[in-house]
Amino acid sequence: MEHFNGIPQPVDVLVIGAGPAGMAAAIAAREAGVESLLVLEREPDMGGILRQCIHNGFGLHRFKEELTGPEYAQRDIDRVRELGIEVRCGTTVLSVDANRLVTAVSREHGLTLLKAKAIVLAMGCRERPRGALATPGTRCAGIYSAGTAQKFVNLEGYMPGKRVVILGSGDIGLIMARRMTLQGAQVLACVELMPYSSGLNRNIVQCLHDYGIPLYLSHTVVDIQGRERLSGVTVAQVDERREPVPGTEKHFDCDTLLLSVGLIPENELSRQAGVEISPLTQGAVVDDTLQTSREGIFACGNVLHVHDLVDFVSAESFKAGRAAAAYAMGKRRAGDAIAVRDGQGVRGVVPQRLLRQDAPEAVQLMFRPDAVYENATLRILDGKREVLRQRKRILTPGEMVEVTLKPEHIAALSGGDVTVCIAR
Amino acid sequence: MEQIITCINCPVGCRMQVCVENGEVISVSGNSCNRGVAYARQECVAPMRMVTAVVPVRASRMPVSVKTRAPIPKERIFDCMHALSELSLTAPIHMGDVVCADVCHTGVDVIATKTVE
Repeated sequence: MEHFNGIPQPVDVLVIGAGPAGMAAAIAAREAGVESLLVLEREPDMGGILRQCIHNGFGLHRFKEELTGPEYAQRDIDRVRELGIEVRCGTTVLSVDANRLVTAVSREHGLTLLKAKAIVLAMGCRERPRGALATPGTRCAGIYSAGTAQKFVNLEGYMPGKRVVILGSGDIGLIMARRMTLQGAQVLACVELMPYSSGLNRNIVQCLHDYGIPLYLSHTVVDIQGRERLSGVTVAQVDERREPVPGTEKHFDCDTLLLSVGLIPENELSRQAGVEISPLTQGAVVDDTLQTSREGIFACGNVLHVHDLVDFVSAESFKAGRAAAAYAMGKRRAGDAIAVRDGQGVRGVVPQRLLRQDAPEAVQLMFRPDAVYENATLRILDGKREVLRQRKRILTPGEMVEVTLKPEHIAALSGGDVTVCIAR
Repeated sequence: MEQIITCINCPVGCRMQVCVENGEVISVSGNSCNRGVAYARQECVAPMRMVTAVVPVRASRMPVSVKTRAPIPKERIFDCMHALSELSLTAPIHMGDVVCADVCHTGVDVIATKTVE
């Protein structure tokens, strides 16, 4: 351990997190010529959540083949090593301030103070916990988030239980329904509050239908029983206002309840640094270079907004890494910002600002629809003028929508607000 | 014999009625594009699935994750899991190593998807 002398170590680009986002950002920064580059990771290994996602289906867009999570991660890990990028694992960042002064702590290096020219926030997201649901019942053992159960089964080789009910039908919950079944557990039901699942069709078919696991839409858990260990849950139907309907209760004897009820970007450090957070995405407000409201601080991946596919996380993060590298090398892009706003049917457009510039590059706008839309029209408006219109066969909240503004679209913008909206 | 299946090609998730006779698809309805027909032909006659799992490694704290190199017939999934439960592996195992050749005579190898030193 080095002696702590209170003098910050200078670094050009500092990346926080070595999951798929952090690795891609670091790779891009090094490839852009950044020599002084450091990645800090809280876990003992690189790879982030991919390490426990042993199922396949990753990489179809980026590598044109279907990989498992560990295989996808390994490609980036290999590249990070090949480029000689310094990664400090087992290192927790304690604070980040607006001047990009960073405090971190680890067993190996003790307390470290760093001063970065540019920072890439790539901390990912975490699962919504039981406490956020206000489900009544006892505080017994046997209730886990789906990702925690996934870590137990896939990384540590423990089964959390034998008779399982899953609340929420997000993809992690569906994947765990199959995983627990294959390992010998009985999955009794998957319960979803909404009238539709937020999971992919492929997962509903291959994780639930294949094993005869019923999916109860417009249902929720209304009671949890058990003293030391969970002994059962009560499930009831909900009405349009998502209130339980009396008389529709069903009981399940089970020892395990898994929660797959949404993901929240992990932005504690971003808030400390004074980065403006969007209440819709729960991630930073960024411009088209993925720079946050704090100069020199960039954000990408699930800490910015929760993605469906890691391929898109990587693509976004390469962009953030390049932008952070340019910033650290003094290539600043200044100019008036055009606000991008959510219109009818649209939630959480990223980026929220477009920087005006002489030679604009194409920009991908990403968002989620607020409901299921069939045969809808996606429109981008500059004031009242229509910039772009696309027909969409189907739009669902479970799939992020990406629409590209071409350089000529951007060059023609008036400077007023741009609105993205969906018309039926 | 009529089967009802959900198409997995896109988020629309068409519910399709598929008529199968003597192991052949006679008709498909309820689909909104041709991809549905192709999927129904495979899915109703010979459904195939990739299998992924973890296998314990002797003297290692961490199990190794594995996958079938290609999809296997859906009805063989549990046989495959059973075969994997009987494996006894010893480190080092490298990503891509065959941990179980020709699992359950499917002609498909099971390979490691991570490295355990």
